[in-house]
Amino acid sequence: MELTRRQWMMLGAGAVAAAGLAPTGVLAKRMDEALSSFTGGAAVADGGVELSAPEIAENGNTVPISVSAPGAVAIAVFAEGNPEAEVATFKFGELAASQAASTRIRLAKTQNVVAVAQMADGSFARTARVVKVTIGGCGG
Amino acid sequence: MAKGVKPRVKVPKTVAAGDVITIKTLISHPMESGQRKDKEGNVIPRSIINRFTCDFNGTNVLDVKLDPAVSTNPYFQFEARVPEAGEVRFTWYDDDGSVYETRKSIAIA
Repeated sequence: MELTRRQWMMLGAGAVAAAGLAPTGVLAKRMDEALSSFTGGAAVADGGVELSAPEIAENGNTVPISVSAPGAVAIAVFAEGNPEAEVATFKFGELAASQAASTRIRLAKTQNVVAVAQMADGSFARTARVVKVTIGGCGG
Repeated sequence: MAKGVKPRVKVPKTVAAGDVITIKTLISHPMESGQRKDKEGNVIPRSIINRFTCDFNGTNVLDVKLDPAVSTNPYFQFEARVPEAGEVRFTWYDDDGSVYETRKSIAIA
């Protein structure tokens, strides 16, 4: 079959669109994998976790965040748009006075930061927050 | 062992029994993510602290798993309950196998 010039152009445009879409698909998959390795595939309810992060982070290299979830045994933090979605996992011991912690994280670009808490009864809860990043924090 | 690693922690010296205290920790460490490249375009290998724990008299307070997305000089702030006089032990585990440890004792006022 002979391809006309127009058909060639369509093919090219299709390829470009596919290439453009691919990265977000890969990242979403990575996020799902990271999440299910923490939850073991269990259902995750919305709310019940407090995640505080700045709305706009000028420097993606150090973005202060804090998480808190009363009654949680563990809280995992994920960054959907990072090359590796896992950020940190906090496990609270017997002498933890509150199920809360603060730290500083790296964000590659503007994205959702997700906190997932594992409650004492084995259920999971999540909260997401969008952080706008001016300068990405993953280096060339 | 990464160079210039220096742990710093802030813990009150005396508390009332059963009090809740806020603990702040910082350790100077480059936390090389394994994503960056040098001038020749070679990937700089990952070298981070992958675990941090805090215990009071052998009872766990906090156990954190760190991934490369934690910033240079990892900082943590959290709260602990102090039932008695004793010692808080902070431990950081490096990718290269080094373990950095700091202890602080707390007296009951």
